[in-house]
Amino acid sequence: MTPLPQSRRLASGGLIDRSRTLSFQFDGKPMTGHPGDTLASALIANGTILAGRSFKYHRPRGILTAGSEEPNALVELRSGARREPNTKATTVELFDGLVARSQNRWPSLGFDVMSVNSLLSPIFVAGFYYKTFMWPAAFWEKLYEPLIRRAAGLGRASREPDPDSYEKAFAFCDVLVIGGGPTGLMAALSAARAGAHVILCDEDFSFGGRLLSEQFVIDGQSGADWKAAAVFELEQNPAVTLMRRTTVFGGYDQSTYGALERVGDHLPVPLPHMPRQRLWKIVAKRAVLAAGAVERQIVFGGNDRPGVMMASALRSYVNRFAAAPAQRLGLFTNNDDGWKTVADCIRAGIKVEAVIDPRPAIPEAFRQLAIQAGARLFEGGLVQDAHGTARGLQSIDVMTSTGRTESVAVDGLAVSGGWNPAVALTCHLGARPVWRDDISAFVAGDTPPGLVVAGAATGAFDLRSCLADGVRLGAEAAQAAGFTAVAPTVPAASEETLGLMPLWKVTGARTKAFVDFQNDVTAKDIVIAEREGFRSVEHLKRYTTLGMATDQGKTANVNGLAIMAALTGRSIPETGTTTFRPPYTPVAIGAFAGHHRGKHFRPTRLTPSHAWAAEQGAQFVEAGQWLRAQWFPKPGETDWLTSVNREVIAVRGAVGVCDVSTLGKIDIQGADAGTLLDRVYINGFSALPVGKVRYGAMLREDGIVMDDGTTARLAQDRYVMSTTTANAAKVMQHLEFCHQVLWPELDVQMVSVTEQWAQFSIAGPRARDTIQKLIDPMADVSNMALPYMGVTTITVCGGIPGRLFRISFSGELAYELAVPARYGDGVIRAIMSAGAEYGIVAYGTEALGVMRIEKGHPAGNELNGTATARDLGLGKLMSQKKDFIGRVMAERSGLTNPDRPSLAGFVPVNRADRLRAGAHFLGLGAHPSASNDQGYMTSVAFSPSLSHWVGLGLIKNGPNRHGERVRAYDPVRRGDIEVEICSPVFIDPEGGRLRV
Amino acid sequence: MQYSAFSLLKNALTGHRYWKPAWREAQPRDRYDVVIVGGGGHGLATAYYLAKNHGITNVAVVEKGYIGSGNVGRNTTIVRSNYLLPGNVPFYEWSMKLWEGLERDINYNAMVSQRGVLNLCHSDAQRDAFARRGNAMRLHGVDSELLEKEQVRKIAPYLNFDDARFPIQGGLLQPRGGTVRHDAVAWGYARAGDRRGVDIIQNCEVTGFRIDNGKILGVETSRGFIGASKVGMAVAGNASRVAGMAGMRLPIESHVLQAFVSEGIKPLIDTVITFGAGHFYISQSDKGGLVFGGDIDGYNSYAQRGNLPTVEDVCEGGMALMPMIGRVRMLRQWGGIMDMSMDGSPIIDRTPVDGLYLNAGWCYGGFKATPASGWCFAHLIARDEPHAVAAAYRLDRFATGHVIDEKGQGAQPNLH
Ligand SMILES: Cc1cc2nc3c(=O)[nH]c(=O)nc-3n(C[C@H](O)[C@H](O)[C@H](O)COP(=O)(O)OP(=O)(O)OC[C@H]3O[C@@H](n4cnc5c(N)ncnc54)[C@H](O)[C@@H]3O)c2cc1C
Repeated sequence: MTPLPQSRRLASGGLIDRSRTLSFQFDGKPMTGHPGDTLASALIANGTILAGRSFKYHRPRGILTAGSEEPNALVELRSGARREPNTKATTVELFDGLVARSQNRWPSLGFDVMSVNSLLSPIFVAGFYYKTFMWPAAFWEKLYEPLIRRAAGLGRASREPDPDSYEKAFAFCDVLVIGGGPTGLMAALSAARAGAHVILCDEDFSFGGRLLSEQFVIDGQSGADWKAAAVFELEQNPAVTLMRRTTVFGGYDQSTYGALERVGDHLPVPLPHMPRQRLWKIVAKRAVLAAGAVERQIVFGGNDRPGVMMASALRSYVNRFAAAPAQRLGLFTNNDDGWKTVADCIRAGIKVEAVIDPRPAIPEAFRQLAIQAGARLFEGGLVQDAHGTARGLQSIDVMTSTGRTESVAVDGLAVSGGWNPAVALTCHLGARPVWRDDISAFVAGDTPPGLVVAGAATGAFDLRSCLADGVRLGAEAAQAAGFTAVAPTVPAASEETLGLMPLWKVTGARTKAFVDFQNDVTAKDIVIAEREGFRSVEHLKRYTTLGMATDQGKTANVNGLAIMAALTGRSIPETGTTTFRPPYTPVAIGAFAGHHRGKHFRPTRLTPSHAWAAEQGAQFVEAGQWLRAQWFPKPGETDWLTSVNREVIAVRGAVGVCDVSTLGKIDIQGADAGTLLDRVYINGFSALPVGKVRYGAMLREDGIVMDDGTTARLAQDRYVMSTTTANAAKVMQHLEFCHQVLWPELDVQMVSVTEQWAQFSIAGPRARDTIQKLIDPMADVSNMALPYMGVTTITVCGGIPGRLFRISFSGELAYELAVPARYGDGVIRAIMSAGAEYGIVAYGTEALGVMRIEKGHPAGNELNGTATARDLGLGKLMSQKKDFIGRVMAERSGLTNPDRPSLAGFVPVNRADRLRAGAHFLGLGAHPSASNDQGYMTSVAFSPSLSHWVGLGLIKNGPNRHGERVRAYDPVRRGDIEVEICSPVFIDPEGGRLRV
Repeated sequence: MQYSAFSLLKNALTGHRYWKPAWREAQPRDRYDVVIVGGGGHGLATAYYLAKNHGITNVAVVEKGYIGSGNVGRNTTIVRSNYLLPGNVPFYEWSMKLWEGLERDINYNAMVSQRGVLNLCHSDAQRDAFARRGNAMRLHGVDSELLEKEQVRKIAPYLNFDDARFPIQGGLLQPRGGTVRHDAVAWGYARAGDRRGVDIIQNCEVTGFRIDNGKILGVETSRGFIGASKVGMAVAGNASRVAGMAGMRLPIESHVLQAFVSEGIKPLIDTVITFGAGHFYISQSDKGGLVFGGDIDGYNSYAQRGNLPTVEDVCEGGMALMPMIGRVRMLRQWGGIMDMSMDGSPIIDRTPVDGLYLNAGWCYGGFKATPASGWCFAHLIARDEPHAVAAAYRLDRFATGHVIDEKGQGAQPNLH
């Protein structure tokens, strides 16, 4: 199909680039447009007004606005993985190859079967679903809900991962100007001339705001020319950042503004290395909100018919885009501003059939204008109903001032019900807007610190005041940010009047009159809400869904409020205010996430031996942010248990090495280092001799175990603490808290050195032999010189400084060798070759886990945040001689009850049975019920040393029940076996192997 | 007027002219047998059950704003009873049972949707913890299923199974869990209570308590003194403030929790899903919006708004888990004030003041508790003794150490 000519493109004018033609498709139909068009303006130029179907009744809906307040013209933009549902055609910049599809209709936009819903509209009123669908109960999930869900929702999201990327950035400025219309441009100029660093944002792809859409004259130039000069000046100023296509969507605490820059949305796909969008967090000393105002509807019958359009939008299409939404237009306006439409139509050659102005008397100049346009003028008249089909408007019923009804044939109707200042950003921190009777609109109430409102956003709707506001507030903002401002002179512009007569709803409409177009809320729904007591604005909103659609009721809310006020006989401010929540316009979730997705969701921390382990074909596992080697499969080993068993057997029989660098390491120094440790650990450390290591446990303030690990004393005033991998940061934070908040008087300093050291556990009967080969000659590491729980500084591999701890997690003769992290890779290789002759293996976290379970060491699964030191068999470590964190709270009766689940070992009675962590213990023969629950299995492992499964668990009164049998009940995995309670130490209970 | 398909049809024929207000606009009277402070879900449910279960109908609910203005109208609507600890499971399961019969009981469709709640696990330790929890639930007669990765994939094929930083290993599913239309819960209870004679008094802020000799006499409000033999506090995020007026200092901190909703889209996500390697949970409302949330903002606050770092964190979790939502747009963000207790579990108990009762500490999980909370609080107020399923929710448990700490985080409220 070749595209048809742009039948509704005006022959001249507009800010489009006619020298280039762009092709696009809407619902499969090829069309063309020009650079400078939006999708909506291009559709209009092609004679298409119908753009969507409504939410509930599937009524045909046309393009209503020319901006981000659009409720109707929502399309699915792009296709495949890039499909974006609910995209406002009025904000989409046309690009070559654009593909868009209408939504929420079947089989086609012109003929939608679901529009039968309209026939059921007497039932589908506000809140109908709260009153029915209750019987039978099971039908909700099976029948009613699926039907409702399918009918609801508008566009379809892609089910594929978003292929584009997003970025996040920070910006700082003296003055942030939000909105690049006449006010914003003037404010930016004024602040920039004072020398302030200015950021000017506008959601449009072109600065100028209403200057682009109206026939304004400033300082004798056209609005567009004046704007071009202003932008040129700003562009020349290096202290000014101009951000087009950037919506400031939210105001947050500490003068932070969220802004979304659409970097690549105007392209078919973003260029290589270009993000689709960028999320800005702008911290501004001062901000000027110059976001303009949004024109509002009047509620009358059929006001949602395709062809009914906001008057300002109509002027945008005619003036800015040179597209004619109508050929025979009606204008329905309750204010002077709407009258601009007449002059613009005359200029563009659009016939104005009728002007309906409800005001009893209008300025003489307008009467003349109507005559000039050849339009019928209905002073004091009202549009009661608009009639038309999906294809467009046919006529309007006008109620004259004398009470007659007349039908006027039109194919378009421009409506102006007045203007709502865009004050959303002033309310994001919780402030409420205040009502102004003279303009019948809400304006900003309290503003957040540092933010001022300017121009139309304050309710000053004429160009002259807007420019003056910009000059003054821009200068003041610069001044407040520390600059000396010389306010520029205010450019000359003609005076305008608003002369608004509030008109919210026309009475006597015979057809459906809509308040919220997108959510299909009618005037009648508001009547029902009032009748049922949903009178507070928030109840109204929630009961009828008024203002909750993607446009957040920008064109609708005030009308709804006014109708409710009339129904309850209260004033509008008595009825309530509208609330605005961020974001101002919807923001893609991907933009908030930025690069943090997929593998980059969180940083990946690699151990010093990672590269080496990868070469060995290690299987890796996430341990918090760390990746650790889980096991090292050898050729021919097909299942993990075979590899792990081999590693355990090798360690227990010869020697193995494991990277344990992920454990937290905290270097603690100062005269009071020992005192600090005494207070945070339940056992004592100040008396620990230099050169010794001790196991310690620390409690939270509430008496529950927080973490455990070993701490070594390197010097009189220096310790190095190790923590579990999981709690490294938490313990560091805890120590800092203790020092900075509880005991600032202690002479102690600490720093996390987790990443500064590579640390390897070398364990097994041949561990010393292996070590011996690594360390430089003079050091003596014999059992005498470096006994169990000793530490010494050494050098290895010819001068690499290191520390050697004689500690063991596996229960074997073992050392932990620490070297500066940058030597980690070399040292692991050296260890492997040194141990080769003894049959050294590398072992991973699984084998580590098996051996610690065999040895009965509590770890993460046991330190579960609810176990006390006594529960874990560490009660005897709790010093009686000193105070420590958690000591008092640990003595609460709930924590000292002997019936508390406490640590024990478990073996399957039938040794062939597999144990499962998470199984609960029940008495033999006891009925599976909560009252018979005695505890649960915390950790299990297959013990190659014992050739059966062993487990640790917390069971009531555990230590006193060794030998007793219980059930390990695991219904979620269909497990139910008998186990015997035993000591948690399965291997070498005397600890002889540690000390050889 | 009874609600039903029939009454709806009948009223449709008469232009919906004859509907009555869902609840009367009651004016405060001089005194009541019971005054409930707070017209959130819990307060309204309490009033309803006082009337229904205990025949106490001379009851007022006083609400400082409009009913449902607090957390009951701000939450992410998830209901479940997949708890771990004995103090919690029976209570939340009782709540679940009440949800299951709620709509016919109160004659209001709150859209209780048992679409399943799926928690994902990303490590062996997490899977074991889920097994422990699932088994505990089974022991309490609650439904739970431990799923393998492939079973998760069947339910939610769009999750990131390919290049996840923390690969999905499985999940714990509670099929009976799901969502409930939050506002409808407040309105439904209000209407049902009103029909039994309860006065619902909006725009009436409690500004103090009148206490004589350790006994409650009534409440001072912005609309004058209201006498009462018994007073129940159910003010959620404002618990510390309100209890403070009675001279109490609660083991509670107030924190902001944000929630988010996307633009309405066609059905995409059919269950409630929570990410186990970050703070993110999501469901899709019947209207089509994706409703999601994550962690609390982390600082103490009474401001019902949140900040960008948490928004980013939540969306990062969302994109990590389901990269298909990148182009779906967030429509609104808002915040509510959480009454975060020291062990993450609630308090339903008497107070040192005779006749003054406390219902608080719901953290971000109190919506699902609404029916049982109302049921048990009514029981406590009417009989002066705790209901069996809420017996563990004592105020003195922090002193005795009988804490109910599901997450094992200890007395650091912003971690619960
Ligand atoms: C963002 C968010 C998401 C959540 N998600 C979930 C979820 O998915 N699942 C879940 O189970 N829970 C969730 N919750 C928690 C849940 O919403 C709350 O725990 C629960 O609603 C609290 O009980 P309520 O309904 O009675 O509270 P509220 O609705 O807050 O009621 C308290 C009422 O007391 C009133 N009040 C306060 N002070 C006074 C006074 N002085 N005088 C008179 N009235 C007063 C308030 O105005 C308010 O209406 C979430 C909460 C939030 C904010």
